[in-house]
Amino acid sequence: MSLQLHNLRFSYGSGFELHVPELVIQPGESIALVGPSGSGKTTLLNLVAGILRPDQGTILLGDQCLTDLSSRSWRQLRLGSIGMIFQSFELLEYLDLRDNVLLQARLAPGIAVTDKLVQRALAITSELGLGDKWRRPITALSQGERQRVAACRALLLDPPLVLADEPTGNLDPDNKQAVLDHLIDLCSRDQRMLLTVTHDHSLLPAFDRVVDMAELAAQSGTVA
Amino acid sequence: MTDLFYISLQYIRHHRVKLAVLTLAITLVGWLPLAIQSMVDQTAEQLLGRANSTPLVIGAPGSPLELSLGSLYFRSRTQSTLPYGELSALQATGYARGIPLYYRFRARDYPIVGTSPDYLPYRGLRLSQGRNFALLGEAVIGANVARELDIGVGDHVISSPESVFDLAGVYPLQMPVVGVLSPALGPDDDAIFVDLKTSWVIQGLGHGHQELNRREAVGQILKREGNNIVANASLRQFNKITPDNLDSFHFHGDNADNPISAIIPVTRDEKSAALMLGHYLEERDDVQIVRSQRVVSELLDTVFTVRDYVVVGIALVAVATGTVAILVFYLSLRLRRGERFTLARIGASRLQIVTLMATEVVFVLSLSLVLSLLLTLLTQQFGLSLMHQLLLS
Repeated sequence: MSLQLHNLRFSYGSGFELHVPELVIQPGESIALVGPSGSGKTTLLNLVAGILRPDQGTILLGDQCLTDLSSRSWRQLRLGSIGMIFQSFELLEYLDLRDNVLLQARLAPGIAVTDKLVQRALAITSELGLGDKWRRPITALSQGERQRVAACRALLLDPPLVLADEPTGNLDPDNKQAVLDHLIDLCSRDQRMLLTVTHDHSLLPAFDRVVDMAELAAQSGTVA
Repeated sequence: MTDLFYISLQYIRHHRVKLAVLTLAITLVGWLPLAIQSMVDQTAEQLLGRANSTPLVIGAPGSPLELSLGSLYFRSRTQSTLPYGELSALQATGYARGIPLYYRFRARDYPIVGTSPDYLPYRGLRLSQGRNFALLGEAVIGANVARELDIGVGDHVISSPESVFDLAGVYPLQMPVVGVLSPALGPDDDAIFVDLKTSWVIQGLGHGHQELNRREAVGQILKREGNNIVANASLRQFNKITPDNLDSFHFHGDNADNPISAIIPVTRDEKSAALMLGHYLEERDDVQIVRSQRVVSELLDTVFTVRDYVVVGIALVAVATGTVAILVFYLSLRLRRGERFTLARIGASRLQIVTLMATEVVFVLSLSLVLSLLLTLLTQQFGLSLMHQLLLS
């Protein structure tokens, strides 16, 4: 299952316009999106996730054309088939580590939180080094640990596509590399596509491919 | 929905202190007006019911309210009395017969009501055990007295001294219980009924002691004055009336001068009642006759006025609490803006987000409603006795 973007266009009322003529991500491939602030990196992630709807163009996930889906269907697809990791983690402080990891599963229609799923969550959590903090309150975890919890939540339902927006933005240098390595390993091992926004050029060697938003814009003739 | 409920529960658990305080505040605001309304209504119903069954009361001049509450509930701060001879005077008018009441003494916290055996049938009181009092010293106890003291026929009640420091005062009288009343859901449940003369014995106006004419009583005689024998302090007085010593009990002076608290006149018909009322209102200054319904109605008017003020006060507090609650919910929703954003970004539907946000409000309001109703039910069950204590003690 691959992700294909064709002639994707999106504009805000402020005059910003994003145009992605062609972008294809193969299964197991990890891509870093780089570019200056305001170049549309996060907008591109939001378009793929269905948080924003493109003005024009198509997004194909495998054989499924996401741009043909209703907002509701795209949202439901996001819950089950797209893992998202945010820069600010987006964890709920009143839930402990376990319940934060299971949050997306609890909200996804047609998915029951069975013992098997809980065991899988525990396995992923342990793999990212948080197994001993399984029932800890989120507020008792460090920034690096919280980022790993966010990664666990994104990976729990075994999505073919993981979108990560500055997943290491809040981490110290040691943690940055460790968290990213874990993430890339877990994705490539299970043939997941990973599309990551990052400003940190020191991390780029870890990715299979680097896409510069400025180059995308130049390719299309659009000023980002 | 189960998963949403689970997530909501985690939120509630995490913010339990904040939500508990909010719930408590809303519960109180919901419960207090209901409780006051309920207690006042029940009290009014009972007070009026009791007053209706005792339309007229005769007593010493003074506060009509004291006389009414005293004769209806056996509670009085003052101990104004009138002579027992007033009972004969009433009956001599031919308008009514009278039931005397003397409620000065207590056994523990229960009033001892000296009266005539007619009182029980007059009130329609039924005995669950034993019989009506017939002899000097016998007692019939109310249902609550029997339950709370865990006593019945064959046990005893002992009168309480009026002052523990009065060493020269009257000794407590031990009275055998010969009957227990069925619950009447009124003040009779909390009273001990004895013959009027038994009350006088408790007061020391009548007593029983060793026979001084007997040879072995020589040591107890202080002096002889004609037919009178004056005993010294070693004379043993009986503090329990038994068949063996019953005959030794006697009263000094004229019983007509002995005190009673009130008389309940029992008229034959309305005409007799009107004539009797006119007689006492126009011809007697040394006693008063009160219409209990009127006195109780005046008391209730005061209670209703106070209630209205209290309810208005509570309404203002309710408005303030409601405003604070709305503010708390509003601020909470604002604080949870990030959470809504997160939920929306990971794919939660608008319905799911609204449900999660609304749970806090629904939980607090529902719990407050349930607690308010529960407290109101408890108030209806137990609040009346508390109200009586507040109003009448």
